[in-house]
Amino acid sequence: MQVPSHVEYERASSVEHALALLGRPDHRVLAGGHSLIPMMKLRLAQPGVLVDINGLAELAYIKENGGQLRIGALARHADLLDSKIAGGRYPIFHDAERVVADPIVRLWGTIGGSLCQADPSEDLSAVFAAVRATAVIRGQDGDREVPVREFHLGPYETVIAPGELLAEIRVPVQPGTGSAYEKVARRVGDWSVAAAGAVLQLDGQTITEAGIGLTAVAAEHFVAAEAEDYLRGKPATEQNFGQAATIAAEHCHPVADQRGPEDYKRHLVAELTTRALRRAAARAGAPA
Amino acid sequence: MTMRVAVTVNGTEYARDVEPRLLLIHFIRDELGLTGSHWGCDTSNCGSCVVWLDATPVKACTVLAAMADGRSVRTVEDLEQDGCLDPVQQGFIECHGLQCGFCTPGMMMTARWLLDRNPDPAEAEIREVLSGLLCRCTGYENIVRSVRWAAEHAADHRGERQ
Repeated sequence: MQVPSHVEYERASSVEHALALLGRPDHRVLAGGHSLIPMMKLRLAQPGVLVDINGLAELAYIKENGGQLRIGALARHADLLDSKIAGGRYPIFHDAERVVADPIVRLWGTIGGSLCQADPSEDLSAVFAAVRATAVIRGQDGDREVPVREFHLGPYETVIAPGELLAEIRVPVQPGTGSAYEKVARRVGDWSVAAAGAVLQLDGQTITEAGIGLTAVAAEHFVAAEAEDYLRGKPATEQNFGQAATIAAEHCHPVADQRGPEDYKRHLVAELTTRALRRAAARAGAPA
Repeated sequence: MTMRVAVTVNGTEYARDVEPRLLLIHFIRDELGLTGSHWGCDTSNCGSCVVWLDATPVKACTVLAAMADGRSVRTVEDLEQDGCLDPVQQGFIECHGLQCGFCTPGMMMTARWLLDRNPDPAEAEIREVLSGLLCRCTGYENIVRSVRWAAEHAADHRGERQ
């Protein structure tokens, strides 16, 4: 029988209330709880006080405003999967959400919770890194914005300080953009063995900007920056996608574990990066 | 330290003093004595513990009873109304949708939720929504048939009294 560690419970009645509670020692946000509660059962997390933010409806939204997609931190995975606005602008979100956990878990797990959990195998960190999203972090003195590529400090560690709360994720909406996410898992609903997300912005056949996110292979900041640099300014061709994928596979740092050996994971990175780039280019309107 | 948790379960209000770390599945089974919902894998993988929290299915091994305070819960005991089985329950009888029965409460609560949103789901949609629930007996074929049976008999059938 798995029993969470001893804990006290507070329910936030407003964002201000949550921020006041989170400024106290050993207080931790409880959103969907689908990572935190299992970690408490295993004693990998032992917070003193949980601050339940599930009632904060003002943090649960997905909308487009001022040329940006704005996703409230408390939006659920199912909300992102159902969002025509998000999926229309960035199909990568729907690709990824279809393979995050299972439909019941997706009803409760939150977008903000996924990012803040900072699990190296979690899908959305690579997705938001690929699309160059910005995290809006709220504190009692106001908001600060941090690029998602600078949001994670390492496994299970983010830049969010005591007394702060991830409020929103902003994604720039760019014309001529295509995106896709490709994942290999051992079974439905499982964590990635490896996964790759790609975003391409095209001007005709020319790649004007590229974003490549990698999941579960210890890529720095969840991205393949060297592969992005390689693609920028080049034509969107199979040959260039293959070369970028090779670069991505060389620059990540997968470790052998029960999901597979290192060379297999590098192989997956190359193959999945190629597939994601190919689909992203097609979605951006590149000629086949 | 304990806290007061008040939850409306299947239309009845209950209040108990419990530890904040108590999981909802244990609150329902051990505090309220409603043992229809099953406590399975403890890791949110199997789905035997699925209940509705307000109107949304949740794996009750991965939510605290405290999070349900002031909210409503619906469990498998509420599917039967006035002695008549829900079409989902009747479907599981008609199509042999269970063998050992352990996964059944989660399967049925998830199926009911699906049918409320989509009264005529295709087989692929049924398989997708049930993909986070494990059955070690049936191979899922008869569970899918049971849900289809419920969809096809929703309009003209509210299960016979057993």
